[in-house]
Amino acid sequence: MFNALLISSLYVLDQDKALDFYVGKLGLEVNTDQDLGFMRWLTVNVPGDTRQVLLETPGAPGLDPKTAEQARQLVTKGATGGHLFFTTTDCRKTYDELRAKGVEFTEEPTERPYGIDCGLRDPFGNHIRFSQPLHMAVSAQGDEKPRSRESK
Amino acid sequence: MSRAVEDLNRRMLRARDAMDRAYAQPLDIPQLARVANVSEAHFIRTFRGTFDETPHRYLQRRRVERAMYLLRATERSVTDICLDVGFTSLGTFSRSFRHIVGEAPATYRRRGPIKAVPNCFAMAWTRPSSFGEAGARKIV
Repeated sequence: MFNALLISSLYVLDQDKALDFYVGKLGLEVNTDQDLGFMRWLTVNVPGDTRQVLLETPGAPGLDPKTAEQARQLVTKGATGGHLFFTTTDCRKTYDELRAKGVEFTEEPTERPYGIDCGLRDPFGNHIRFSQPLHMAVSAQGDEKPRSRESK
Repeated sequence: MSRAVEDLNRRMLRARDAMDRAYAQPLDIPQLARVANVSEAHFIRTFRGTFDETPHRYLQRRRVERAMYLLRATERSVTDICLDVGFTSLGTFSRSFRHIVGEAPATYRRRGPIKAVPNCFAMAWTRPSSFGEAGARKIV
């Protein structure tokens, strides 16, 4: 059976803007950017990670114009369900860095039973979260043992 | 035309995100219209056209959803939770809660503690669907 999840796909409305955001702001790297003629195959990945995210524009020939229109509208309503969940070793630091770059956050870093996480939107409306899981929590003393937290 | 709709959708989503984020604060229409960068009258109409409910109603559902969570996940009093989630009057809170969930806050609390799930999913899936139309989704 399967041994990995290699590529998942996310609808974006403009691939150049998507590059600016996912690479320029979120710090992902371009894995493949190739003109296949019928589409621009554009994937990005977290540096050092093998999993790719295909940044795909809804449109012809895969979708008829009317359906593509509906798909684009759903993206802008935040209704496509294309979540991405990233992990980080320091949620608050990453949050500060991304805020300084003008990233639009939906939720500031919050302590949860499983770690610290927060949420943001990409320029098109997709929901993205990143979390500092408990086992990655780093205290001031550099102690990386899990710590219990109160749920909020 | 369609690009204009997409842009407007995106602005309405930004205002809705603001309600999700700042539900505990005394949000009003002028503030939310500013977040969306549209006029106040335009905001209510457009929000409703986009998400099929008024901003006020959306905010109340968000607050009640948070209250549902806090009732089952914490030991805080009903009054404290009412204030925590942005209601300023216990009467309005209890009435809205009962209207949306179908039972009183104290009764709902007796369902017992909730298991931990990523909060954004809990938010989306446990939100009461509408006023009076359906009860709260069962949380295991």
